[in-house]
Amino acid sequence: MNFIFSFFILSGIIVAAANGRIDVITNAAMTAAGNAVQRAITLIGIVSLWLGIARVAEESGLIDILSRLIAPLFRWLFPSIPKGHPALGCILMNLSANMLGFGNAATPFGLKAMQELQRLNDKPDTATEAMCTFLAINTSSVTIVPATLIALRASAGSKNPSEIVGSVLFATTCSTLAAIVGDIVIRSFCRRRRKF
Amino acid sequence: MTAETLGQGFSWFIPGLIFVVFLYGHMRGVRIFEVFVEGAQEGFMMAVKLIPYLIGIYVAIGIFRESGAIDILVALLSPILKVIKAPTDALLLFIVRSLSGPAALSMTMEIFDQHGPDSFIGRLASTMLGSSDTTFYIIAVYFSSVGIRKTRYAIPLGILADFASFAASVYIVRKIFL
Repeated sequence: MNFIFSFFILSGIIVAAANGRIDVITNAAMTAAGNAVQRAITLIGIVSLWLGIARVAEESGLIDILSRLIAPLFRWLFPSIPKGHPALGCILMNLSANMLGFGNAATPFGLKAMQELQRLNDKPDTATEAMCTFLAINTSSVTIVPATLIALRASAGSKNPSEIVGSVLFATTCSTLAAIVGDIVIRSFCRRRRKF
Repeated sequence: MTAETLGQGFSWFIPGLIFVVFLYGHMRGVRIFEVFVEGAQEGFMMAVKLIPYLIGIYVAIGIFRESGAIDILVALLSPILKVIKAPTDALLLFIVRSLSGPAALSMTMEIFDQHGPDSFIGRLASTMLGSSDTTFYIIAVYFSSVGIRKTRYAIPLGILADFASFAASVYIVRKIFL
């Protein structure tokens, strides 16, 4: 990120200088900074509203219900975690919160899940298979309610802010499937290599 | 099904979700208003923390575009962009997405400002932002929180999922909205 940031600014200034339009830079920088703060004000409203709703959902136990629904699937994805181990519960809570678009509520569960998984690890400095599976599913982002996104689109003046729900669902399903399939392939490949 | 009717169905999405959350919360005896304010407070702090990111990204992209440097990059990347049929902004967003969440969010807002949320690139950016996550950041934070240094295949697997999300986003947005 540091590289990209300085690349944008430095190359911009160099190109402007080479084209003899150096005065453009000052103007662009000042206007952009002002616009950013204007956008941020809208964002404060959206994010506050959404996290308020998210907290109500969390407190009422809605996330627990979802995690009970998807539990059977996850026993199959994490064969190395013993049945009833707290790690599975944390993973479920983390992914359920992510699914509902409550990224903030998800992180504490995610870190707790890692601690629980670490307890099952016999090589404390090396990642386990379950950890890799968990992170692959987590980073491929299983979102079914991209709420912040819809609110953002609305504030930017979209005629139909929710129209992207379908395309997001399609893309996120593809990426999660790719992560799961990739994980299974790599895992079986690793096992075979250890045998021979 | 056209994009229009598809979109109309989804306009029930957010109202419906809020209804369910509040109704269920009420039934479970949650002190809804107090809990809501608590969450909103956290959201407020989060949004305020985001302001410096927004300023940084807006300024960097503003300079990059107004100077004409972006035209040079577009010319250089045009062979790749022709193959994947995606605009330059989408490729940049794809790179930034896996590195920094706030930066990707800022970049998407910048795209909305420039091209409008209902443009092709606006919809593509929305889909990309919604269907992927800050891969490198999450892997770094989660592993370092428990002291793991050898991450094995976690990073390649995360990158694989990112590419799948990018390809799927370009495909589906072209298919539905073009």
